[in-house]
Amino acid sequence: MEANIIIPDPAQVREELIQKYPAKVAKKRAKSIVINDPEIIPEVQANVRTVPGIITQRGCSYAGCKGVVLGPTRDIVNIVHGPIGCSFYAWLTRRNQTKPETLMDANYIPYCFSTDMQEENIVFGGEKKLKIAIQEAYDLFHPKSIAIFSTCPVGLIGDDVHAASREMKEKFGDCNVFGFSCEGYRGVSQSAGHHIANNGVFKHMVGRDNTPSEGKFKLNLLGEYNIGGDAFEIERIFEKVGITLVASFSGNSTVAAIENSHTADLNVILCHRSINYMGDMMETKYGIPWMKVNFVGAESTAKSLRKIGEYFGDEELKARIEAVIAEEAPKVKAVIEEILPRTKGKTAMLFVGGSRAHHYQDLFAELGMTTVAAGYEFAHRDDYEGRDVLPKIKVDADSKNIEELKIVADPELYNPRKTEAELEALKEKGLEINGYEGMMKQMTKKSLIVDDLSHYESEKLIEIYKPDIFCAGIKEKYVVQKMGIPLKQLHSYDYGGPYTGFEGAVNFYKDIDRMVNNPVWKLIKAPWETAGNGKGGELAASYVTQ
Amino acid sequence: MLLRHTSKEVKVREGLTINPAKTCQPIGAMYAALGIHGCLPHSHGSQGCCSYHRSTLTRHYKEPVMAATSSFTEGASVFGGQANLLAAIDTIFAVYDPDIIAVHSTCLSETIGDDLQQITKKASDDGKIPEGKYVIYASTPSFVGSHVTGYSNMVAGIATQFAESTGVKKNQFNIIAGWMEPSDMREIKRLAKVMGINIVLFPDTSDVLDAPQTGKHVFYPKGGTTVDELKSSGDSLASLALGSISAEPAAISLEKKCKVPFETLDIPIGLTATDRFIMAISKVAGVTVPDEITADRGRLVDVMCDMEQYLHGKRVALFGDPDQILPLTEFLLDLSMKPLHIVSGTPGQKFEKQMRQLLDERSPETNFKSGLQADMFLLHQWMKNEPVDLLIGNTYGKYMARDEDIPFIRFGFPILDRIGHSYFPNVGYGGSLRLLEKILNVIMDRQDRDALEEKFELVM
Ligand code: SF4
Ligand code: SF4
Repeated sequence: MEANIIIPDPAQVREELIQKYPAKVAKKRAKSIVINDPEIIPEVQANVRTVPGIITQRGCSYAGCKGVVLGPTRDIVNIVHGPIGCSFYAWLTRRNQTKPETLMDANYIPYCFSTDMQEENIVFGGEKKLKIAIQEAYDLFHPKSIAIFSTCPVGLIGDDVHAASREMKEKFGDCNVFGFSCEGYRGVSQSAGHHIANNGVFKHMVGRDNTPSEGKFKLNLLGEYNIGGDAFEIERIFEKVGITLVASFSGNSTVAAIENSHTADLNVILCHRSINYMGDMMETKYGIPWMKVNFVGAESTAKSLRKIGEYFGDEELKARIEAVIAEEAPKVKAVIEEILPRTKGKTAMLFVGGSRAHHYQDLFAELGMTTVAAGYEFAHRDDYEGRDVLPKIKVDADSKNIEELKIVADPELYNPRKTEAELEALKEKGLEINGYEGMMKQMTKKSLIVDDLSHYESEKLIEIYKPDIFCAGIKEKYVVQKMGIPLKQLHSYDYGGPYTGFEGAVNFYKDIDRMVNNPVWKLIKAPWETAGNGKGGELAASYVTQ
Repeated sequence: MLLRHTSKEVKVREGLTINPAKTCQPIGAMYAALGIHGCLPHSHGSQGCCSYHRSTLTRHYKEPVMAATSSFTEGASVFGGQANLLAAIDTIFAVYDPDIIAVHSTCLSETIGDDLQQITKKASDDGKIPEGKYVIYASTPSFVGSHVTGYSNMVAGIATQFAESTGVKKNQFNIIAGWMEPSDMREIKRLAKVMGINIVLFPDTSDVLDAPQTGKHVFYPKGGTTVDELKSSGDSLASLALGSISAEPAAISLEKKCKVPFETLDIPIGLTATDRFIMAISKVAGVTVPDEITADRGRLVDVMCDMEQYLHGKRVALFGDPDQILPLTEFLLDLSMKPLHIVSGTPGQKFEKQMRQLLDERSPETNFKSGLQADMFLLHQWMKNEPVDLLIGNTYGKYMARDEDIPFIRFGFPILDRIGHSYFPNVGYGGSLRLLEKILNVIMDRQDRDALEEKFELVM
């Protein structure tokens, strides 16, 4: 894609962004700010510590583990072991929608569970209280699973959440209890928590139920958290084309589905950052290949469906996929044709998450809008540069302590779904199996890439580029809007959505049109603040006493 | 049912908190620090806490909430966070240039045992704090108290670290704001002005967290108590602390440090609490209450008289923070309503005593619990056993209200799904009138909704 708009000289922009920093900070930040070239992809510094004092978008490992990966599964009782806050803030704030099949089915998502550690628990240890809490949760709810999440103080005082979980699991017999050492200080962002969550889910959940799943084309949806109902739309499409969704990791999901997920024949990955570990581990242990897809954007959805069709290689399935695309396309087309004249030529910036800043560029492209700058909040180099760089990534001290599970093929259950030759053939057809090419390849030459954007840098970027829309999260929302630029939240969707699939694309087109063309942006200045009125010139009254 | 697993049978819990009616200290400290002009709150711990606190405050106010973090990683957690805080101070003054950095601790730095006093002193000794700038601190471990405690600790920290006594008294009074909204603080200032007294109000988040849209982001908005005002608070004639948990500790430390006498009052929510507030001002400053205020009061009482039939005996469940729900309970009783179930996750002996006393006198059958396991799960169970006509509390109450199909008023912190709290006060006679209007609206809307066709009323 070539930019048809004039963009500032990115080299100069970079200088401006780091100019105000103390020398050491400037040197460090400079490596995270790069000028894109889709042909020869430059190296981006990513997944490194944020400089103390910098106002960052990032959160913590616990947020990535509990909030992102485990949170969306409705029938696990998630007990946060720590002082009250950590559990409170993660309570219902991530919009993981879920739809229990009956009124009786378990759904703990509206609940918040905490051990509410007190000073004496910090001083004398909190394991005892944790076990009491687990027992009470069991007695009250009799859930299938209870998961324990460690927050910052827990690791330091030496509470062993894993031992406590094991003990309670054995005691109950009919409830799977497992823990996560996802203390907020681990790693440098949410990303560490994703990894820890992947490990735990893989160890304690996947593979517990070997009942063969039904269906001809069976897959798992990885890294889709049903924000705003995204998974509902994907489920709708899958059902239409005849694909069986065995398990979703983890939007609108259940314990039973995840425990049975290793019976699927393909893993499709949406959010590469948060769940790629699961794809790799399931491939190694069970022989299930994974494939990167993107259901954000109408064209990307069609493309992803075709990829899935190609993978299964079934003509009937492929035909159904084409039929569904043909059926859905006119609705999408009607809307975009009406909207495009109003959005075409406008510019966007996306600084969010670990995959959304990439995926949503497809939707903006469909709107005729150019992404002039983008970056992730907690991604790694492979999310920018593609997985080819994986062998070149040096693991630093902050990431070293995050466990890499040693996975081997399961002696009984390993069953390669495709032979080497079949995989080769698929590759030849352009299917990227177990691979991801990253964000930068898709972005224009000279667009700007900034990892872990700071508040200061965001204000500068807006001043320089004056984008028509900025995409980030809640902490940035009102800062940017105060500057007169609409901000689209791409974590919470500003409480809208879904944005996946065909219906999602239509929602997004309408929302962006509404935002960038809203009359309110022209009403910010009071009439007396504009030229020729108020300050300066002499004001003569229209009516005066004689 | 959203809360389908909440059973009627109440079992005593000792380990598990479910649906807390409180959150953690640092968010309160962050909120308080935003009420100081030119101040950047700083969270000394790992990034997550700061991110969560900023997010929650942002959702509540729909405004920018700026704060920095020491961004602890594993190393800092093992070796202590001094290096991180010192580095942060450098970066912050270079990049964000505040007048004040207000550091609060988190569970993590408290567990490690970082000493903020020592670290900030080191920063000062090492010349990291530019001339005329300040780094203040408050210890806010979340394993003690609640968000209200954190607010209180930061306000007390502000008072002790800034107040000076020159030996010459000034003709002014301190009003120490308990946890209340920017709109409430604005109203307190207006009332003081109408009463004709000079005040230093702190903290003061008006014109900070209700900033106008101007097309520019102002990093340090125009509002907030200034350093000069804070310094002068040591020379004030007296302090009025609004709230025994969230404001009194600051008054006590001011008395200790600068010998400023104080009185503790309730936050003036409702008729009688506002009466006490106005009387206190009148008494401490020796001013007569202007007619304007008497008329405001009269308007509130007028509505209470005229609409009593819709209020009398209506059963209410409420949850929230001590300094707010104490006067609110009193107001409900003055409205002839029946507060039936009350919880607050925030512990406090004095609060407990005051609430018990109020309830013993006027509503002995009320269920009341505060502190550990005084959570919304318990409140909901009580509601299932003895149903109510109205629920009052923060946004999380909407799940209970929907399941039980009862009218709901948003009150307290956080309110994540409606606006209004930043702009329209709950304090004073006017604020109480607005609260009363809200109560009447939801109750009367419900009556309209549920009325049989033949019983549907035009005039009410
Ligand atoms: S670690 Fe402590 S300070 Fe941080 S969010 Fe959790 S409870 Fe609050
Ligand atoms: S899309 Fe972003 S916010 Fe979401 S899980 Fe992935 S990385 Fe996280």
